[in-house]
Amino acid sequence: MAERVLEVAGLRAGYGPAEVLFGVELTLARGEVAALMGRNGAGKTTTLKAIMGLLPPRAGSVRFAGRDIAGLASFRIARMGLGYVPEDRRIFTDLTVMENLEVGRRGGAGGSAWTPERLFAIFPNLAEMRSRRAGAMSGGEQQMLTIARTLMGNPLAVLLDEPSEGLAPVIVEQMAEAVLSMKAEGISVLVSEQNLDFAATVADRALILEKGTVRWEGSIAALEADEDVRRAYLTV
Amino acid sequence: MDWDFLLVQSLSGLASASSLFVIASGLTIVFGVTRIVNFAHGSFYMLGAYVAVTVVPWLLEFDRSPWLFFVGVLVSALAVGAMGVAMEMLLLRRIYRVPELFQLLATFGVVLIVQDLVLLVWGPVDITGPRAPGMRHAVYIFDQRFPAYELFLIFVGPAVLGLLWLLMHRTRFGVLIRAATQDREMVGALGVNQAMLFTGTLFLGAALAGLGGALQIPRVSANPQMDLSIITEAFVVTVIGGMGSVPGAFLAAVLIGQLQAFGVLIFPKITLVLVFLLMAAVLVVKPWGLLGRPEAAAGRAVLPEGILDPGPLDLAGKLLAAAGLAGVLALPLLDAYAVKVGTEVLILALAAFSLNFLVGNGGIVSFGHAAYFGLGAYGAGLLVTRLGVPMEPALLAAPLAGGAFAALFGFFVVRLSGIYLAMLTLAFAQIAYAVVFQWVEVTGGDNGLVGVWPSSWAASREVYHYLVAAVTLAAIIGLRRVIHAPFGATLRAARDSAQRADAIGVDVRTHRWLGFMLAGTAAGLAGGLYAFSKGSIDPTLLGIPMSVDFLSMLLLGGIQSVLGPIAGAAALHAIKDFFLPLTDHWRLFMGLSIIAMVLVFPRGLAGAWASIRRRSA
Repeated sequence: MAERVLEVAGLRAGYGPAEVLFGVELTLARGEVAALMGRNGAGKTTTLKAIMGLLPPRAGSVRFAGRDIAGLASFRIARMGLGYVPEDRRIFTDLTVMENLEVGRRGGAGGSAWTPERLFAIFPNLAEMRSRRAGAMSGGEQQMLTIARTLMGNPLAVLLDEPSEGLAPVIVEQMAEAVLSMKAEGISVLVSEQNLDFAATVADRALILEKGTVRWEGSIAALEADEDVRRAYLTV
Repeated sequence: MDWDFLLVQSLSGLASASSLFVIASGLTIVFGVTRIVNFAHGSFYMLGAYVAVTVVPWLLEFDRSPWLFFVGVLVSALAVGAMGVAMEMLLLRRIYRVPELFQLLATFGVVLIVQDLVLLVWGPVDITGPRAPGMRHAVYIFDQRFPAYELFLIFVGPAVLGLLWLLMHRTRFGVLIRAATQDREMVGALGVNQAMLFTGTLFLGAALAGLGGALQIPRVSANPQMDLSIITEAFVVTVIGGMGSVPGAFLAAVLIGQLQAFGVLIFPKITLVLVFLLMAAVLVVKPWGLLGRPEAAAGRAVLPEGILDPGPLDLAGKLLAAAGLAGVLALPLLDAYAVKVGTEVLILALAAFSLNFLVGNGGIVSFGHAAYFGLGAYGAGLLVTRLGVPMEPALLAAPLAGGAFAALFGFFVVRLSGIYLAMLTLAFAQIAYAVVFQWVEVTGGDNGLVGVWPSSWAASREVYHYLVAAVTLAAIIGLRRVIHAPFGATLRAARDSAQRADAIGVDVRTHRWLGFMLAGTAAGLAGGLYAFSKGSIDPTLLGIPMSVDFLSMLLLGGIQSVLGPIAGAAALHAIKDFFLPLTDHWRLFMGLSIIAMVLVFPRGLAGAWASIRRRSA
């Protein structure tokens, strides 16, 4: 197997008295796109937050680029080259598009040097509204901006939380293209996703979470072929 | 009235607006990023003035040039900025995640410490600063004389606004500050070290307060009371403008400056009241201020702090309560001094208990509870001294006065939540304080009124002690029953989630209003009892330090516990009574104690008691 950029073992996390993750195990290879799938409440977002240090892990190890990052402050993790795109967008609505990108700008550990101009090539909609207040943009444009903002940090790998949620089909297609361009740049991506079509378009591999543990792992093709697994863990 | 005069009046309003804006902009920036309302901002302002009256004359020895004057002012501002950095690194970064109430108290602890340090370094006498060379003269505007320095100040405000705009929009630091004002956590996830950002913000905020203070030295002499007088005004400006909004602070400062300049012509004595009325009116129409935004849910992960599950007393609790009661009854067997202290403790315990009914049970963090205590005291005291009413009906009037004003102020207060609510309660308390302080003919002003004595049957210390014990214990037991009753549970539900309580059909606003009135009534009763125990009333009963004392009792006793505040009242009053006479630096001592309590055991005495029992169980 290729070099692993992210290795998570025995990860436990939760909110107050509520336990959500019960020993999540997962790996992400360099240059790979893996889809973290599962129903609502399975623990997808919590897994990404715990890896990113936004939620303190209660047990387990998280190794990123060969270093143990469990328990570090999220800004330190980000500086090592792990990017994070939250599910609810969380753009800075009072700031302009260019200012949002400025907040994300960082030398970064990744090889490629992203500039606003290169990002605008991927997200042409954003190019037309550089000085627009981000709060005045549509949901799809805001989602593009969150991804672009994270890429400004030149990450080695990106945690992408539900990028297709609540977006129009034409925007979802653009999101898929954006993930594929990240992959083409050699960025590893762990994308949490409920939509199998989207996952099949962008990912090489799928991991299925249920009740806070990884229940199934395999190639996208295998998942598409296995109706029992899909019925057990994905379909509503 | 002629137009020249009105113009000059308006210009002088602009000059005060400018000064106020410079100070308030720092407060609002610090709040925006750190979400901490920094009481010590007024202390930074005071330090700015004191450093400037030291540095500027020294510089002017070399050359009496206007330039050196301004170099001195800037040096003072930077020095105060450095003090802000120290405060962030030593204190604030340890309390970003504690509940707002504790943050406010901790920064108030800094206020007390700075007050004593200023007295130590500069002494108690006011220090008059030099006037700005080249700006001592007056200019003529039409036929009216107007001081040149005031004219200069008018331009400082817009200049600072412009520079802040450039900083916020044209530098990376500024863009990061604006981003962090909205979503700190996300800024961290993008790789920004928040610690550096927060330290930088405190430098900026404190330097602005220092600049504001240093610029005042030609107008007012540096004095040890500047901190609390300016902080209330700065709070009002930031709340009216919208907390976190710099342009909002500018707008609000201009409004207030004009209101004061013209208000003084019409109602010379109640300009302060006008300002607070403006604040109340703005908050009712726009609860987040003129240019503020509703607080985002993101970025704040603090569980509600307060009474969780008020069960019945267990055996140990019953024994403790019985021991307390026995102590209260047996006190007159000791000396007269112990009776006096015991009586005061009982009264303060009722006040603290009523405050925790709001704070711990209702999540309504009142920063002006002393108002209802003081209004109760004045209600009873005025009846006795002005109308010759005997003690018994006057004691009935005290809770009515507290309750009536709680109903009036509470009507506005319960429309808000969180830090805005705390600021509004503080503002109303300051209105009450200002009226009592300024309405000399009726209230006796600063000196207060003497001769508030009990009826002859209750005149002996011991009898009055038993009277107080009976009344306060009955009131406390009654309030405790309300906490246990469905009404108390409804208030807790509204505290934990106003939205969800609303969704299951609870009229949150009315319940809170009733709760506010009830707490005000109880505090008023305590105030009435206090007036008769002292024999006199004065405005300090309504002041900020008194409100902070009550909050400290909660902090000391533990706001999660129903009966903890009683222990807190006893402990705090005993400590004050015992230690204060021993030291000249009681503020330093109190400030350090408050900070230590916030940092070391935020659950108070009741929390410590609970954890001891858990360990032994």
